Amino acid sequence: MRLTRHRRWLVPAAAAAAVGLALTGCTGDIADQEAGDVDCGPYEDYGTFDGAEVTIGGTILDLEADRLVESWSDFENCTGITIDYQGSSEFEAQIAVLAEGGNAPDIGIVPQPGLLARLAQGGWLIPASEAVEANVDEFWSEDWKQYGTYDGTFYAAPLMASIKGYVWYSPAEFEEKGYEIPKTLDELKELSETIAAEGEHKPWCVGLESGDATGWPGTDWIEDYVLRLSGPEVYDQWVTHEIPFNDPQIVAAFDAVGEYLKSDDMVNGGIGDVSTLVTEAFQTAGLPIIDGECSLHHQASFYETFWNPEGGDDVKVASDGDVFGFLLPPANADDPQAVTGGGEFPVAFRDAEEVEAVRAYLSSDTWANNRVSLGGVISANTGVDPENASSELLVQSIEILQDPETTFRFDGSDLMPGAVGADSFWKGIVSWVSGSSTQEVVDTIEASWPTS
Amino acid sequence: MTTADLLGKILQVVMGLAIFAAVVGLLIFFIDKAPKKGRDYWQLAGFLAPALIFLIIGLIYPAIRTSLLAFQDNSGNWTLDNFIWTFTQPTAIRTLINTIIWVLFVPTISTIIGLAYAVFIDRSRGEKFYKVILFMPIAISFVGAGVIWRFVYEYRSGDREQIGLLNAIVVAFGGEPVQWMQTDPINTFLLIVVMIWIQTGFAMVLLSAAIKGVPTEQIEAAQLDGTNAWQRFVNVTVPGIRGSLVVVLTTISIATLKVFDIVRTMTAGNFNTSVIANEMYTQAFRASEVGRGSALALILFVLVLPIVIYNINVLRKQREIR
Repeated sequence: MRLTRHRRWLVPAAAAAAVGLALTGCTGDIADQEAGDVDCGPYEDYGTFDGAEVTIGGTILDLEADRLVESWSDFENCTGITIDYQGSSEFEAQIAVLAEGGNAPDIGIVPQPGLLARLAQGGWLIPASEAVEANVDEFWSEDWKQYGTYDGTFYAAPLMASIKGYVWYSPAEFEEKGYEIPKTLDELKELSETIAAEGEHKPWCVGLESGDATGWPGTDWIEDYVLRLSGPEVYDQWVTHEIPFNDPQIVAAFDAVGEYLKSDDMVNGGIGDVSTLVTEAFQTAGLPIIDGECSLHHQASFYETFWNPEGGDDVKVASDGDVFGFLLPPANADDPQAVTGGGEFPVAFRDAEEVEAVRAYLSSDTWANNRVSLGGVISANTGVDPENASSELLVQSIEILQDPETTFRFDGSDLMPGAVGADSFWKGIVSWVSGSSTQEVVDTIEASWPTS
Repeated sequence: MTTADLLGKILQVVMGLAIFAAVVGLLIFFIDKAPKKGRDYWQLAGFLAPALIFLIIGLIYPAIRTSLLAFQDNSGNWTLDNFIWTFTQPTAIRTLINTIIWVLFVPTISTIIGLAYAVFIDRSRGEKFYKVILFMPIAISFVGAGVIWRFVYEYRSGDREQIGLLNAIVVAFGGEPVQWMQTDPINTFLLIVVMIWIQTGFAMVLLSAAIKGVPTEQIEAAQLDGTNAWQRFVNVTVPGIRGSLVVVLTTISIATLKVFDIVRTMTAGNFNTSVIANEMYTQAFRASEVGRGSALALILFVLVLPIVIYNINVLRKQREIR
């Protein structure tokens, strides 16, 4: 029959056409943005390139990635370099493999100095150009430069930064009940005990769940306490393994934190008992403060964006608003301000002029101001005008970072070898809050420290 | 991506396929024109070469490299530390024990359930429908299954609304919600349930086909001898499907030894649930301890080897019988 013969090609043809149409739908032709009225003045020094392309990979995703791309759009238009950014949550696990196979992006935005050291050790990184180094010497402290250096060679300037060790609280509740912002760790303990004794709710709410990284928020607690109780020298010795992980000073920090995290009187406000620490996602753990079910939550400056999980600004983050943060206080009132924090480092895998031009731009105060103005993040670049930051807390954070009196130390687990900082330390925290003794946990972590 | 980009990509794919076809065509053409003397060998080499090259690049070279890496530390010095770590660290030992638990439970339970199911639905009305129901999970990827079951086991503390099926049931009957995924050692067994859920369909389909291959005459003869259903099953059906049983058991065993996705998506190896394949990934890529990861890979290889050898032996014996 004629019809059947017809059908034989009709069905596949129709299917192919449908698939083709569907695929065109996906692409949604975006018109190239108008180069239009961009002031190219700040970008003249980087030169112009014809059709050069630079690929960047990193862990930054979603809204943060959009802002990142926006932060260099003028640079692209003025220099003619096209920057292609690809974010992936598996970036840290893949980058060494990609580098070894010669498939790494031109620039990798590495969030851990430990990973930077490993990549440099593998011989895959291109040292930073003089322009980048000049920017770093001008705009960053010696500590920060050190984090981008491996074995005496300087590889990358820092990009953004975050401050860890904020304690989030409700200013309204503090005023109503007459609580004072604590100035020492002992005062913080007293405040927590006061809140617990009043019996309305548990003072702290804590969440350690974070997928395959479960446990990391707990490492931040330990790092903050090591830095405050034993000082920056011991902290440095600890992360470089000059003193063992089970050193008594580290055990002391664990025990001090344990008075909160392992105590049913202290946690877990609005959520449950101590066992719920590991099931509560870190993203949502602080939210009971808004409902008045807990009073204190320890988390980095980036937690600001989590107060309004649906977007918008229903919860006001300000010193007279619904929530605000104070820095975890020093051990003694007259000790200098000591903070831990994090940041990223754009390392290069391809030796080319356009790659170095991009890196020079990313290390400049121009970029830092551009990016900070877009909101949500801070930079330790001293060229940043704090007033460009999007919120009161971020302005305060930039001022803390830029203050020469501040003792700044990079997040300890990010400095340690991956086997500890991205594995056994996290797992150790999980088993510690699940009931293992401090000694047992620090011994296990010490045993996992790689010998080479 | 614009339509032009997409068309470019499609064109690239088409070009690639065309070049591949041309190369293969040329190869076959030349093999065909090979000198008369020793043409067989030329043909043999010609047709084996592509597969062999891919095997060497994709399997043999990586296997050798992994074996070497297992005996090196991060700076490339020769050492046995990686294996010492594997057999002395409490967390690593727990990983090995968990893998053994998996291999003991998953193949046996899924084969038993699959076999029982196959026997019960055999020649019943709606057999196809029953088969489809049990076979469906096998069409879901391990990651997908992991995500689905993670919701089943989800925990919400105290008075908050339970979004996990299992805890919703517990609470509905007046119980306290349980932290299924965080409670050792229940969590490992709950993960094993997911694997059994996936593999039972596979066992059932293969065994059902094998059961249909058992000659009706034998069963009828047994029936005439006055046996009951259980005796017929044990003495006629099971010996008749012995080969298939071995294949099913060994295939599931190998899949179980390699289990990675389920553990990775559901607990990521936390709370003492890690297995060798998951720990291998964690050590090699997250912890940047390539040596430890390679050592675990080597151990996994050694564990799979006897099962594969046994499987091949059984298959060879069966062929000899035929």
